Amino acid sequence: MPMHRKTLTELKAGLDAGDFSARELAEHFLARIDTLDPQLNSFISVTRDQALAQADAADQARAAGQAGLLNGLPIAHKDIFCTRGVRTSCGSRMLDNFISPYDATVVERMQAAGAVMLGKTNMDEFAMGSSNETSWYGPVKNPWDVARVPGGSSGGSAAAVAARLVPAATGTDTGGSIRQPAALTGITGLKPTYGRVSRWGMIAFASSLDQAGPMATSAADCALLLSAMSGHDPRDSTSVHQPVDDYSAALDQPLKGLRIGVPEEFFPATLDDRIASTTRAAMAELEKQGATLVSIRLPSVDLSVPAYYVIAPAEASSNLSRFDGVRYGYRCDDPQDLEDMYKRSRSEGFGAEVKRRILVGTYALSHGYYDAYYLRAQKVRRLISNDFARAFEQVDVIMGPTSPEQAFALGAKSDDPVTMYMADVFTIAVNLAGLPALSMPAGMIDGLPVGIQVIGNYFREGQILNVAHQFQQATDWHQQAPAFGESA
Amino acid sequence: MALDPKALSGVAHLARLHLDPADTDALTERLNSILGMVDRLQEADVTDVAPLAHPLDATQPLRDDTVSEADIREQVQPLAPATGDGCYLVPRVIE
Repeated sequence: MPMHRKTLTELKAGLDAGDFSARELAEHFLARIDTLDPQLNSFISVTRDQALAQADAADQARAAGQAGLLNGLPIAHKDIFCTRGVRTSCGSRMLDNFISPYDATVVERMQAAGAVMLGKTNMDEFAMGSSNETSWYGPVKNPWDVARVPGGSSGGSAAAVAARLVPAATGTDTGGSIRQPAALTGITGLKPTYGRVSRWGMIAFASSLDQAGPMATSAADCALLLSAMSGHDPRDSTSVHQPVDDYSAALDQPLKGLRIGVPEEFFPATLDDRIASTTRAAMAELEKQGATLVSIRLPSVDLSVPAYYVIAPAEASSNLSRFDGVRYGYRCDDPQDLEDMYKRSRSEGFGAEVKRRILVGTYALSHGYYDAYYLRAQKVRRLISNDFARAFEQVDVIMGPTSPEQAFALGAKSDDPVTMYMADVFTIAVNLAGLPALSMPAGMIDGLPVGIQVIGNYFREGQILNVAHQFQQATDWHQQAPAFGESA
Repeated sequence: MALDPKALSGVAHLARLHLDPADTDALTERLNSILGMVDRLQEADVTDVAPLAHPLDATQPLRDDTVSEADIREQVQPLAPATGDGCYLVPRVIE
């Protein structure tokens, strides 16, 4: 089997056994990126020289008996994570010239564990999008069909992992930005509990919702990555003091007695029958392993999209006020005065979707509208969170489809923001409640992957990874790779 | 609640964004379609519901008021579009 068809866990075993070196591994994947990525546009920056230096250091550490958890394993970081000495653009013209002077905690931790960074992946601008079409660096193509989107906002990470240009990547998820692209590209992606992974050095979109997580081809790989990423960080005041579980050790628990909640609201009458039946078939497989299905209600999740599109833009309008053309980032040419410099730098530096969200957020927070929009949205957020709390009194995990549809055609929704926002109808409630959730492939329709979602209670990442791993032991959907790039 | 082009121009000023007059009508329409979707929030009964600002209802951690970071001005100032004598330069504010 070629190296790029192995999972991260298999590559780790291969490195341990001396079947290949970290340098050989890095060179193999860098060659695939060089040959194949021009068709996908999944990378904004490829960091060849640093990657080879890190690979050599990993080989030396191994020879010295000092191999870390991810020693020599190639990964890519979403371009939202600050990486010292490397452009960190966040998919925006605003930061096209920004060379980060420091590493994000996630980057630092993974590097300390021995991971080899091959580059920075493409994304929707400032993580605002569900198709990866809002990037200043152009859209990313889905390797299952290059006329379709990979989802977003972590679309570059998803497409790169699906095309086996890198065995794993980081993503961030504010309203579904790990899970929805994972579903649309047939990979496994996990959004941890809010506060599980440090947000320090991760460019902020909506600070009460943003969370980083792993994207890979299996739940076992995500468990390995999450172990390296997680833990308290004093530099992020929302990072929690909670011990990090041994996620890999939890994978093999039998599912007998597991109670799976099936919310009616995740199977609306309008849902594509084929997606509904794919999801139900996956749950039936878990029933065979001893799980029981429990019908539950989450009555307020129906309002999660409207609540999100007040709260997220409000927080974004505040977070993005730092981009003013003074200390870093884009500045317009020949400003007339200070006001003109702020306004033109921001208008030329931000793309259309980012500006729309800043305007919606500013409006929702402005005098006379704060109570009607922002405060009301926060109250609805409480109702949604209470729905999940009640459900978790009866069940261990909650399951449903990740996305109401499969990968859609490039350009199909780019003129209609509200239709685009509905792509995240099943993922957003989880961010509002701050819960952990995973998406994994569970079927194919018309040659395109379908993802299902497993939602857990707070800090039960180990349990949802266990459920996903047991499903992946009994099925092979996660092993299916696109024909794209197989001849390379 | 809906925006008109005049209200939009006020919001754009608060957000320090310059609007292209040629795009204002189309932008107003798109923002109103978003606000129309968001108006579904009015359906919810939120009587006696406390707002939720943070998913874990956490409290702000405190630390000792001591300097914990080194001076990194020489690393960060080269990122600025214009600097001089260790200061960030902007267009003249006081005539």
